[in-house]
Formats: sequence, C-alpha cells, structure tokens
Amino acid sequence: MNEGPYAATGAARALETVGAWLLGILWILPLAYAIWTAFHPSEYAVRFVPTAPLTLENFAHAWAAAPFARYFFNTIVLCAMILAAQLFLCTLAAYAFARFEFRGREIAFLLVLVQLMIMPDVLIVENYRTMHTLGILDTILAIGLPYMGSAFGIFLLRQTFKMVPKELDEAARVEGAGALEVLWKVYVPLAKPVYIAFGLVSVSYHWNNFLWPLIVTNSVETRPLTVGLQIFASVDQGIDWSIITAATLMTSAPLLVGFLLFQRQFVQSFMRAGIK
Amino acid sequence: MTELAAGTIARRRTGRGFIPSIHGWLLLLPAAVLLVSFTHWPTAATIIDSFFSTPKGARPAVFVGVENYEAMLDDPIFWRALWNNVVYCIGTIPASIALALLMAVFVNGRLAGRGFLRLAYFTPTVLPMIAVANIWLFFFSPSYGLVDQVTALFGAPARNWLGDPSTALWCIVVVTIWKEAGFFMIFYLAALQQISPRLAEAAALEGASRWYFFRRITFPLLMPTTLFVLVNAVINAFRLVDHIVVMTRGGPDNATALLLFYIYEIGFKFWDTSYAATLTVVLLAILAAVAIGQFLFLDRRVHYQ
Repeated sequence: MNEGPYAATGAARALETVGAWLLGILWILPLAYAIWTAFHPSEYAVRFVPTAPLTLENFAHAWAAAPFARYFFNTIVLCAMILAAQLFLCTLAAYAFARFEFRGREIAFLLVLVQLMIMPDVLIVENYRTMHTLGILDTILAIGLPYMGSAFGIFLLRQTFKMVPKELDEAARVEGAGALEVLWKVYVPLAKPVYIAFGLVSVSYHWNNFLWPLIVTNSVETRPLTVGLQIFASVDQGIDWSIITAATLMTSAPLLVGFLLFQRQFVQSFMRAGIK
Repeated sequence: MTELAAGTIARRRTGRGFIPSIHGWLLLLPAAVLLVSFTHWPTAATIIDSFFSTPKGARPAVFVGVENYEAMLDDPIFWRALWNNVVYCIGTIPASIALALLMAVFVNGRLAGRGFLRLAYFTPTVLPMIAVANIWLFFFSPSYGLVDQVTALFGAPARNWLGDPSTALWCIVVVTIWKEAGFFMIFYLAALQQISPRLAEAAALEGASRWYFFRRITFPLLMPTTLFVLVNAVINAFRLVDHIVVMTRGGPDNATALLLFYIYEIGFKFWDTSYAATLTVVLLAILAAVAIGQFLFLDRRVHYQ
C-alpha cells in the first residue's frame, strides 16, 4: 500500500501513533467509565478493582423504576413516523426542484434552504402556540410535525436526482410511464444510498432530540426516551449513580449497537450528508 | 373561426409550460405547507409578537412598539446569556475544529489501530446529548466524581465544578468539545480522501517539507470544509442547550445560561411569550448573520474549485 511521500516515518511516526492513541483513549474514557459503573455494584462505581463482580442489577432497577418500555415504544413510533413522512414529502419536493420547470422555482428553493439555518429547534415558542391552536399538545404527532418537511432532505435528494441521466428519464417516458411512475421506477432506486444516509442521520437526530419533546409532551404515553430519562435522572435524589448510568446506557444502546455493527455505513452516511 | 383556432393553438403552446408548472407545484405543495407552517410562519410571528404585550387572562395582547426591546436592553440576564454564548462559541468552536482536523489526519494515515481510533473519536457523536450530559454530570460531581478523584492525586482540594460560577461554563465547554469534535472529523476525513495523492508526489519532488505541504496545500484545499464545519458549529452553539438543562439549569447565578436556554425559561417557566419572542428575534438575527456571512464567503470559495 502506497502511503505517499508525506507519511510520517521513524520517530515522527511513533510520536504520532502515541498522540493518536492518547487522544483516542481520552475520548473513549467517559463511555468506558459509564459502562464500568453500569455493570458493577454501586460500591465499585469509583473503585477500579479488576475482580469487581459484574452485575445486571442496575439495569433491572432502572427498568423497574420508570416506564422505559413505553418510552422506547414512543421513541420508535416517533422516529418511524418522522422518517416515513420525510421520505415521502422530500422525495416529491426534490423531484419537483430537480426535474420540473415552474414559475418561482428558484425563489421557492431559496425559501426551503432558509430552514437549514433557522431550524425548528429555535422556534419553540411559536411552534408551541401552533400546536396549542391545532389542539395536539402532548401527542407524538406534535413532536414530529415541525421536522417532517425537511429542507436538508429536499436538498440532499434534489442533488441526487439532478445527477440521474436525462436519457433514463426519457426512455421510461417513451415507454409510456407517467411522471410519478418515472420517479418511483427510475429516480428512487438510483438514490438508494442517499436514502440510507438520510435515514441514519434522521433517526439518530430524532432519537437524541430533547428540548422540543420536553416542551411539548407532558405524559408517559407521549414522552420519548430522552425526556423520560431526564425525568428519571433528576426527580429522585435517592437513585444512585450506577442506576442512572445504567438507564443512560440503556436509552442510547440501540443507536450505539447499531453504530458498532454498521460503523462503515454510519460514517459514510454522515460524510455523504455533509458533502453537498 | 380562424381567430378561435389561433387562440386554441396559442393556448396549447403556453399550456406546454403551464401543465408541468402545475405538476411541479403540486409535488412541492405538501412539503411546502409544513415548511411554511413550522419555519416561515413562526419566524414572521416571532417578529410580530415581539412588538406586542403578552396576553394575560382576559387581557389581550396590545401593540407596545419597541417596549419589549427596551426591557431586553435593560435586562442584565439577557446580556449575561448573550455574553455566555459568545464565550461558549470561542471556547468550543476553534478547539473542536482543531481537534477534528487532528483526528482526521490521524485516522487518514496508516497508524496502528486506526479502526479503533476512528471508533473512539466518533462514538460521542452517536450518543444523545442528554446521555452525554448525564455521564459528565457524574464526572464533575464534587469529591466523588472522576475529575476530583484525578485532581486529588495531585493534591488538589475537592471542588464543586458545576456549582462554581467561575468553572461551570468551562465544564459545559469541555462536554461540547468532546461531543462535537468526532462529528466534524468525519467531514475533514471525507475531504482529505478527495485530495489527489499526485499533489503530494509533486510537492515532494519540489522538496517541500511535510509541514509546508500541509500549510500551503492541504489546509487551503480544506477551506470549504472548514467553512462548512464552522457554520455548523456556530448554529449548534445557538441551537443545542440539552446539556444545560441536565447539568446546570443555567446556574449557578446564570453563569451557564445560553441564549436559547434563557428563551426556554422565559417562554415556558414564566410564560412571558412576548419577551421570549423578543429574545428569539435576537437569536434569529444571529443565525441570519451567519447565513449571510456564509453566502459572501461562498463566492470566494469558488476560487479553490
């Protein structure tokens, strides 16, 4: 494997390796520490004895102490609902921007891009008022609604659709396919990697989102995991750190495990989403 | 009759542009309705509401001109939150960008165990901010937490890191850098992999040193990425306050109140929606300034491509 003329050699390389590893260990340390705490009895929370007994008790306590099953369910429903709506709406809008001539297209596109800067995250006061007017406060729909028309998704898919050769489009039309059929049979299959990338970014964003769900939900039936975790961790002073850490790991576990299993796809998805 | 026929033909001609036009708008419509309802309309409503009083009970909102803005300028907590946000930006952005670049260079080379390194650097990005904040909350807890345990090895006394106004914001800064550096690394990594190895070969033939090559070739080529990362970092610094809610609730003594957190408190603790709208206008103005700045820079960026 050719490393190029500027790969470090000798002492410089050793130094670089040591530096990289120190940084790596420093970076993984908080998580490693959390895992240690969660899997050991609380008296070992800050005592690092290799012979400390392993236990799942902290997880059992956490699971029993709050309706985490319901929170998991809510978060999954939320992520699925947002993603399904985003994929549908953004595909149609991106297709319009990429392949249709219409009056006001450029201005409309600029207006869409505004959302890349002014995200719903900062418009909490007015969006709360809107949800109140619609009468859907404290519903999962209200958490997801502001994010369903995603400028990011429209932008990403528009770029992808624009790269589809016009000949493919025309060939399908000659065979008598309508506009939506062409979209479904030509454009969507070709954009599959972009859909996967967008899906991963979207799900991890909404799995982790906190402030807006905190504001708009008020009951166990609607709260996502992040809000449930926070209520669990802050209300009861009597709960010890090992249990809170176990709950914390539990709520992040699906994403973390998914990331470990599909590391390459994750990293490439985030890369793809960033290169515009 | 001929006139009528000519009219039909003319209508057909324009119709060719007209029908696709309708189709285009129809495809766009569902997404546009949501975007307008939850981005453009609330933005406009925020600005309108900032000129009205907060409705209380039977008393409806009345036009008060710039009264809310005057109150804001006299509000020391607003200035504190704005200043905190500036400090927070200066504390987090350059450090996380520099670390991100360093990580990307490390991982892009052929160091031993770079698979593990990439994993270690990137993992904090996948964790929810709320989980990250809970873990670090434990680290910073006085005498019991890991930070105090480590400093105790050097004989330092126990400190209440998050309870002390002089250290609390810096604790938040550390958490943010830890969370974001790996995320930005990805973009640098992608950009590094797109730089042609020919450039390095040519530069080596010319006898350029390693550092010279990085400073004069690699770094300028990464400028678009740096700009992209910078814009994202600034937006995040004003958009994300989850860790504040968990770790400090803006305290002690507003030492960690960032602008959005203050908006949240005013809007949903004190229910003073007009004042919250006024504060939001400031936040929107900052984001708009970032957008305009990016737009102006993008013109120059063409130079490199």
